[in-house]
Amino acid sequence: MDEKVVFFTILGMALATYFPRVLPVWILASRPLPEAAVTWLRYVPAAVLSALLVPSLLLQEGKLHLAWDNLYLIAAIPTLLVAWKTRSLFGAVVVGMVVVAAGRFFFHL
Amino acid sequence: MGFIVAEVSISSSHRLRQSALQAMPIVLGYLPVGFAYGILARSSGLPGSLAILMSLLVYAGSSQLIAVSLFAAQVSPYSIILTTFIVNLRHMLMSASLSPYLRRWKNSALAAFAFELTDETFALHSTRFAQGDTDPPDTFVINIIAQSAWVAGTVVGVMAGNVIRDVRPFGLDYALAAMFIALLVFQVKAKKYLWIALFSGALSTGLLILGFTQWNVILATVIAATVGLGVELWMKK
Repeated sequence: MDEKVVFFTILGMALATYFPRVLPVWILASRPLPEAAVTWLRYVPAAVLSALLVPSLLLQEGKLHLAWDNLYLIAAIPTLLVAWKTRSLFGAVVVGMVVVAAGRFFFHL
Repeated sequence: MGFIVAEVSISSSHRLRQSALQAMPIVLGYLPVGFAYGILARSSGLPGSLAILMSLLVYAGSSQLIAVSLFAAQVSPYSIILTTFIVNLRHMLMSASLSPYLRRWKNSALAAFAFELTDETFALHSTRFAQGDTDPPDTFVINIIAQSAWVAGTVVGVMAGNVIRDVRPFGLDYALAAMFIALLVFQVKAKKYLWIALFSGALSTGLLILGFTQWNVILATVIAATVGLGVELWMKK
């Protein structure tokens, strides 16, 4: 792709990312939300993170892959334990990457 | 007089340090993921300067990683922009959920805040704001430190990408998933959120298998949060 095209695509991506970020906070910050809306919004963080994460652990090339050789799924267990016990984002990320790298190196997964 | 000035500057440098400490987990999460993004961008043929520009202007980890693979696959610019829009629509929900805490902020401050709203800064600010910690300068210090880490990770990744072509032996491709696992663990503050998270993850996976690529995240989130609200209202009756 031509570099100029890539440049304008990135500008388009920037706008497409910025509008959903700014509009709700801009419009809603000035008025109180109904209680039901606030309750609903409290579920959003956990729901959205899980919706992003779980498919990347369970699917391989669009199909369910629930087996011991699914490295992403196996590595999720120590990563989760470290995050839960230490509350450290860095610790969890490092453990996850090391387990994946080790699985590939030692077991050719 | 001099004493008061000194005291003010001590307390403001103390607060600066506090905010920097709060941003540390994000920094430590962003450096490896930004690094992975930089390497992947180079290995899929994106010029280094444009890869860094994307981290400055778009600043959205998962969509940047997706975009890099789409650029490599020669997908049209319109599809790349639309995919970015859909993947980042979830920030709308995050932005809305922070809005009740930001009533006293000026519009210009809100505009600047929203530019640096990511999954990770959202997770941190939603915890801070709930504790009544809504001071704009502290919030901006955290956001600026976080984005600087993302850009710095990208720059180092781009430089390394000129040498390293395959990130898989280093497990770098797992950085994003590991970060999401940790953030999810931090977000599950009560059992009800765990159930809704599991439901949302299963739903998102099911939608992907059925072919709802790109819409699965937003659909699963909206349905799962609605079920959560429904169950909560029903239990109260």
